[in-house]
Amino acid sequence: MIRINCPVCGSRDENEFTYGGDANVVRPAMDEAETGPWLDYVFMRDNPRGPHREYWHHVMGCRQWLMLERDTLTHEIGDCILARGVA
Amino acid sequence: MSHYSAFSVFRNALTGNRHWQRAWRDPHPKPSYDVVIVGAGGHGLATAYYLAKEHGIHNVAVIEKGWLGGGNTGRNTTIVRSNYMMPGNTMFYERSMKLWENLSQDLNFNVMISQRGQYNLCHSPAQMDAARRRGNVMRANGIDADLFDRVEVRQRLPYLDYSPSARFPIHGAIFQSRAGTARHDAVAWGYARAADRQGVDIIQQCEVTGYIWDDGNIVGVETTRGPIRAGKVGLAVAGHTGHLADMAGLRLPIETHVLQAYVTEPLKPLVDTVISFGAAHFYVSQSDKGGLVLGGDLDGYNSYAQRGGLPMVEHTLASAKALMPSVSRLKLLRHWAGVMDMSMDGSPFITKTPIDGLYLNGGWCYGGFKATPASGWCFAWTIAKEQPHQDNAEFTLSRFERGYQIDEKGAGPQPNAH
Repeated sequence: MIRINCPVCGSRDENEFTYGGDANVVRPAMDEAETGPWLDYVFMRDNPRGPHREYWHHVMGCRQWLMLERDTLTHEIGDCILARGVA
Repeated sequence: MSHYSAFSVFRNALTGNRHWQRAWRDPHPKPSYDVVIVGAGGHGLATAYYLAKEHGIHNVAVIEKGWLGGGNTGRNTTIVRSNYMMPGNTMFYERSMKLWENLSQDLNFNVMISQRGQYNLCHSPAQMDAARRRGNVMRANGIDADLFDRVEVRQRLPYLDYSPSARFPIHGAIFQSRAGTARHDAVAWGYARAADRQGVDIIQQCEVTGYIWDDGNIVGVETTRGPIRAGKVGLAVAGHTGHLADMAGLRLPIETHVLQAYVTEPLKPLVDTVISFGAAHFYVSQSDKGGLVLGGDLDGYNSYAQRGGLPMVEHTLASAKALMPSVSRLKLLRHWAGVMDMSMDGSPFITKTPIDGLYLNGGWCYGGFKATPASGWCFAWTIAKEQPHQDNAEFTLSRFERGYQIDEKGAGPQPNAH
């Protein structure tokens, strides 16, 4: 069981959360006309073996979107902050 | 290496079983090979075998950082089937099914293929319609499929929950009679032995640490047992595809996720087929030792850890109990996890890469075991002939930029939803 330290609710079990994917992916500007940036945004991922910045939604708690760093090899969780501050 | 036969069993029995030879050699890496395959799982070993057998390329090494068959080949639920309906997938998986049917004879090794049939249950009229469509596509391609209504499913699988209180009522099922199971370890061992007999070097405990480059082309691999030059390098490393591609500077439409599976304590024969629940992600078969083999969904987050969490254990077992209430008091005996290279459309890659000398076999999601023979066969073809066979022609990296995703599940670019 992964425990996530929600900045609003404190330390909670992972099954209160929904995974939101890679937080390094940034949506291109809506007037971006090249296909390359959209290909990168929709399909391509760094998929690191180690620290991974990612979104989680505390859907069964405060319903805030969070951004945290988690190690994909050990599941160890680092800093966890509200996503709306950065994204 | 001796040929296995009834006679060899008899002769060795008479001599106290002291003269069996090892099934494959344990060679030191040579300085160079025509082809180096990274990853001695089912797919990599099959590739080496078909390179030698079908294309006459015998100067091949398969290198493996651990022991052969120790990754996802040893971590799956052993199901084989070919019930795919998207163009690009359908005939590829049917090629695999046909290779499975003759694999024990071909390899001179019993892979224990058991064509016990597979049911995909339907729990709504809409699911029955979708199953009918899938079955018609399969039949139009010469693949066997049958659609059963609730009455027939109940006769065939009487131990499922047909009561009025069943959480998801069973409306019927689509059935493939040629589907079934195979012995996963035997597949790795059979391909390893058969490839070794063709002159392929299988080098274990040999981790790739980088590539040898020449003018922007890959001409070999750096390993923990020294540099190995190669005319061509093929990757068949499943969950670690992203990591090895990253070393080559390639960014892929892949995320690595963890998938768990479970075996219960042994029972007398109960489930003589393979059953997939249609209401949640859950499937069950019974091993020859009697344990029920249970599989479920991904844990849902990126992970390279070959272990999963308890929420998915609970989810899978709740699904099991919703479908087969009689399992509720069974104890789990074993439980494990593997890491899956989940592609963005749920379909694999067997293709040349933008880098000369590097070939990719990956993106198998959690459907790689059934694909093992055709994956090796098509990857060998692609490496030997520098172009895909028609059965893997759609498994390119460029399909995403061209807008030709093969989204069998219709889940969109969500790797944790495939």
